[in-house]
Amino acid sequence: MLDFVLRRLAGLAMTLAAASVVVFLAMEVLPGDPAEVMLGTNARPDTVAALRQQMGLNRPAFDRYVEWTTGMLHGEFGTSYTYSTSVRELVAERVQVSLPLALLALALTTLIAIPVGAIAAARRNSAADLGIMGATQIGISVPNFWFAMLLVLLFSITLRWLPAGGFPGWAAGPWPALRALVLPAVALALPQASILARVMRSSLLETLSDDYVRTARAKGLSAGQALRRHALRNALIPVLTIMGLQFSFLLAGTIIIENVFYLPGLGRLVFQAINQRDVIVVKSVVMLLVASVILVNFVVDLAYAVVDPRLRKRR
Amino acid sequence: MSAAGNEPALSWRPERFASRALRHPSFVAGMAVAAVVALMAALSLVWTPYDPTAIDIPGKLRPPSLEHWLGTDQYGRDTLSMIMRGAVTSIAVSFVAIGIGAGVGVPLGLLAAQQRGGGVDQAIMRVNDFIFAFPALLIAILLRELFGPGTLNAMIAIGVFNVPVFARVAYGAALPLWTRDFVMAARTSGKGPTLITVEHILPNLVGVLIVQATIQLSLGILAEAALSYIGLGVQPPNPSWGRMLNEAQTLMALAPRLALIPGFAIIATVLGLNLLGDGLRDLADPRLARER
Amino acid sequence: MLTRRTFVTGSVVVASTLSALPAWAAARKDVIVGVRLEPPHLDPTAGAAAAIGEIVYANVFEGLTRIDRNAGVKPALAEKWDISADGKTYVFTLRKGATFHDGAPFTAEAVKFSYDRARAADSVNPQKALFEPIESVDVVDANTVKVTLKRPTGLFLWNMGMPAAVILSPASAADAKTKPIGTGPFKFERWSKGTSLELTRNPNYWGPAIKLDKATFKVIGDSQASFAALMAGDVDAFPIYPAPEVLDQFRADPRFKVVVGNTEGKTIMAMNNGRKPFDDIRVRRAISMAVDRKAVIDGAMYGIAKPIGSHFAPQDPGYVDLTGKYPYDIAKAKALLKEAGVAEGTKMKLVLPPPEYARRSGEIIASQLKKVGIEAEIVPMEWAQWLSDVFKQKNYDLTIISHVEPLDLDIYARDDYYFDYKSQAYRALMAELSVTLDQAKRLELYGKAQTMLADDAVNVFLFLLPKSGVWNAKLKGLWENVPIPCNDLTEVAWED
Repeated sequence: MLDFVLRRLAGLAMTLAAASVVVFLAMEVLPGDPAEVMLGTNARPDTVAALRQQMGLNRPAFDRYVEWTTGMLHGEFGTSYTYSTSVRELVAERVQVSLPLALLALALTTLIAIPVGAIAAARRNSAADLGIMGATQIGISVPNFWFAMLLVLLFSITLRWLPAGGFPGWAAGPWPALRALVLPAVALALPQASILARVMRSSLLETLSDDYVRTARAKGLSAGQALRRHALRNALIPVLTIMGLQFSFLLAGTIIIENVFYLPGLGRLVFQAINQRDVIVVKSVVMLLVASVILVNFVVDLAYAVVDPRLRKRR
Repeated sequence: MSAAGNEPALSWRPERFASRALRHPSFVAGMAVAAVVALMAALSLVWTPYDPTAIDIPGKLRPPSLEHWLGTDQYGRDTLSMIMRGAVTSIAVSFVAIGIGAGVGVPLGLLAAQQRGGGVDQAIMRVNDFIFAFPALLIAILLRELFGPGTLNAMIAIGVFNVPVFARVAYGAALPLWTRDFVMAARTSGKGPTLITVEHILPNLVGVLIVQATIQLSLGILAEAALSYIGLGVQPPNPSWGRMLNEAQTLMALAPRLALIPGFAIIATVLGLNLLGDGLRDLADPRLARER
Repeated sequence: MLTRRTFVTGSVVVASTLSALPAWAAARKDVIVGVRLEPPHLDPTAGAAAAIGEIVYANVFEGLTRIDRNAGVKPALAEKWDISADGKTYVFTLRKGATFHDGAPFTAEAVKFSYDRARAADSVNPQKALFEPIESVDVVDANTVKVTLKRPTGLFLWNMGMPAAVILSPASAADAKTKPIGTGPFKFERWSKGTSLELTRNPNYWGPAIKLDKATFKVIGDSQASFAALMAGDVDAFPIYPAPEVLDQFRADPRFKVVVGNTEGKTIMAMNNGRKPFDDIRVRRAISMAVDRKAVIDGAMYGIAKPIGSHFAPQDPGYVDLTGKYPYDIAKAKALLKEAGVAEGTKMKLVLPPPEYARRSGEIIASQLKKVGIEAEIVPMEWAQWLSDVFKQKNYDLTIISHVEPLDLDIYARDDYYFDYKSQAYRALMAELSVTLDQAKRLELYGKAQTMLADDAVNVFLFLLPKSGVWNAKLKGLWENVPIPCNDLTEVAWED
C-alpha cells in the first residue's frame, strides 16, 4: 500500500510540474500586454515601458518561471498586475464565494440524488421509477445556464424572492450571502443531481443482483431490508467516485454560472484576469484549479485502492 | 458519464439488431428526435423561411405570427430561420469535436492497450489524466485568446475534451480482448500486435465507440451552447443556439420567448441523443437492458 | 419611444404592486450607486480605466481645477489663478485649510510632487501627454504654485481638471491604488473586491458641506442583474445604466427617474486609412453612405443616441452639424465603390471590442455593408488584444469604438495613430489650434477641423454615446451628462 501511495504521489508531482510548464508557456504566448491594458489608449510608449519595468515584465522568462513556481511552493503567488494586491489575498476572497457555492451545490445534489435514486431502484419499473428516470433524463439535457436564466426570470424578476445576481459578501451576515447563492446552487445542482441519481439507481440495482444480497433475500429479508442492510453501503462506492468528480467540476466549472449571476468567484476572477492580461493571477488560479482536480482524483484513487486491493497493482 | 471501460464488445449483426431496435422505446424516440433535428438542419442549408442573418430593425421583436412563426429577435431576424440554421452549427461543431476526440483518443487508447503494462501505457494514460485535469472551459478561453473566438475554436476545445474520454473507452474495451481466444489464435499465427489491433481489436470496438460517440454528441451540443453563450464559440452573424440565449438574456423580462425557444431546441436535441445513446447501449448489451 | 410602451405595461404593473417602497420617515443620509465595472485599483493617476474615475473623481480626489456637470472648468484646490499675457505662466493660489484624509496639510509641495510625478521619466500616468507642455513647476510659497509651460496650451486648465491630474499627498501616493487618500468630501472606507466599495463623509472637508454621510458603490456588471437590483431597491441609482432596451420599463414606473444625457463619446467606425482600399477617398465615402445611421441607432441603442457627422460632440461649443454630409444611399455607394474598383464580394475585417454598443452596432453594420457588396467579417476581440492588434499594430480594416476624451480632435493629427490619416492640411490646422488662446478663434478652428474630417470621410461617424441613467425619483443632484468619467456625489441628496 505504501509503495502504491508513493508511486501515485510521484505521478502527482510530475503532473503538477508539467501543468505548471504548460500554464506558464500558454501565458507567455498570449498576445497583449498588461501594461497597455492598464494605461489605455492615451498612453505614451515611454509610459508603457516604465510600467512594464515596474511590473518586472522585462525580465527573462526562465527567471520569472522559477520565481513563480518557488513562490507557489511557499504559498506565495505574487502580486496582481491590475489590482496591486497579493494574488493569495485575491484568491482567498474569491474562494469565499466559489467554495460555499460548490459545497451548497454538492449538498443539494446529494440530498436530491441519493433518495431519488434509491426510490427508483427499490421500486424498479414502477410508475415512480419511470417518472424519476424520465425527469432525470430531462435534467441531464438542460443547459445549466439556461436553467439559471429561467430561475432568475421566475424568482428574481417576477416573484422578487431572491436576488438576480451579485454577492453582498459575508461581512453583511450569512443570510444575505446565502440568499445570493441559492439560485446559482440550484442551477448547478439540477443536472448534477440527475446524473448522480441515475448512477445511484444503477449501482444499487447492480449490487442487488449480487450473490450475497440474493442470499440475504433468500434468508427472508424483504427487498427494502436487503437494500438497507447490504446493498446501500456497497452501492455508495461508485456514487462517491462520481461525487468526487462532480466536486472538482463544481469548483472549476462554475465560470458560466458565476457569469450569469455575476458572482465574484474564482471563475470570474480568471475570466477578468485574462481580459486584463493579469497573467500572474491567471497562472496561479489555473494552477490551483488544476491542482484541485488532480488532488481530488488522487484521493478518489486512494479510496478505491483501500476498498479494492487488486487495484493497487494495476498502476 | 463516460463508460469506464467495462463495456462489452457489441455483437454487431445488422438484421437482428434492426428488429430488436424497432421494439426499443427509447431508441425509437431518440432516433425520431435526432432525425427531425438532422432534417431541419439539412433543410436549412437549402431553404429557410427568411435569411437568418438578414437584419430588419423596423421589424424587430415581433411576436409569433403567420409571417414569422416564432417571431423576430431584437434585430428583426426571423427566429425560426435562426433555430434551423443554428442546428447546423450545433451538429457541425459536435461532429468535428468527436472527430478530433476519436481520431486522437482511440489510437492512443488502442496503443496503450497493445503495450499494456509497459511504459508507453503508463505515459499515455498519465497524459490522459493530465488533459482531463484542465477544465474544458479554460482550454476554450486560452484558445480564444490565442487564435480569436470562433467556430473552429469551439470545435478544438470540445475536441480536446473528447480525447481522454475516447482514449479511456478504447483502452478499457480493448484491454480484456487481448486475453480472448481469437486474439491468442492470431498471435500464434504470427501476426504483429499492430496488425492484431487493426484487424481484430478495432472491429470489436465499433459498437462501444458508437455508443460513446452518441453520448459525446449530446455533450458536445451542450458544450457548444455554453461556449457560444459566454462568447467563446460561434460568432455573429452565424446563428447558434447558445448565442441566441446570450442575446436574449437582457430581453428576458421583455420577450422571454427569445430565451425559451433556443433553450427548448437544445433540450429536445440533447434529450433525443441521450435516449438514442441509452437505446444503443441497451441493444448492445441485453443483460443491461433487462435490468433497466 | 412611446410605441413600445404597449407590451411593456403588463410586467410593470406586476412589478409596482409587488414592491411598493415604504415611505421614508426622514431623509436618508446614504446612497447606493450601481456601477457596471469594478475598477482595477483606485489611483486615477496610474490607470486608464474609466471605472476608477467613476468612484474617486471629485469624491475622494480633487485637482487644482475641476470639470463641472456642464463640462465647464471650475476652481477646486486652486482658489484662483493668473495667466501671463503670453499664456505660458500660470500662477495658482491654493485653497487654505484643505487637508488630506490622513491629516497631512494640502500645500504647494503636494502640487509640485503630483505634477512632477506625472511628468517623470518613470511615470505610469495614463495621460502623461497632458503634462507634456509643462516646462517646470515651482513652489512660490506654501499656498502658491507657478507652472511654466513650453508653449501656450489652450486646454491647460481643462486638462488639469481631469481625473489623471488630481493631487496626491507625497506621504500616501505610493499606496493610492489600494488606500486612496485625497482631499475630497468623501473618505475611502472599504473595498470588498468584486462586490462593493464604501465611502464615508470627510468631516474636515474644506468646501461646502455635503448632504450624505455614506456612499456605497455596488458592482453589478450584468444587465439583467442591474435591472432586478433597481427594481428591488437594492441600489438607489444606476447613473450609467447599461441596457437601453429596458429603459421604457423604468419610464413607466413612477418610482424611477430615467435621464438620457450625453457623454463625450464620439462613436465611430474607424477605417484603416493607410490600407487598401481605404486609402481611396471614394471608398471611405461609399462606406459612409452605405451605413444607415438611423437603423444602427434604433437597433443597437434603442433610439436614444444622437447621430454625429464628424468627430465632435454636439453639446460642445463650436459644433457644426455635418450629419447630412453622407446620407444613406445604397445606389450611390455602390456606384462609388465600382468607380474605385472595389469588386462585389470584397472581404473586410470588422474588429469589435467588447462593449455592447460596438458588438451590437457591428452586427447591424455588417448586414448593411452586405447590401453594397462588402462582406464584413466580424472579429470580436477583448481589450488587451484590441489594444495591441488594432490600436498599436493597425492590423484591421474597420473597427467600432467610442472616443470618450473630450475635444480630442488632435488625435487625427498624431503620427502613427491607428486611423493612419495623414493630412498635412489637418496637421497645420491642429498646430494652429494648440497655440490659439482666443476663444472665438478657437471655435472657428474647431469648425474647420470638423468639416475637414467629414470631407475626407476619415471614419464613419456614427453617434454620440448616450448616458442613460436610472435612479430613484427622490434622489437629487446626480449628473445628467458625463463630460468625463465620474459619479460626482457632492451635490447628491434625498428629497424629504
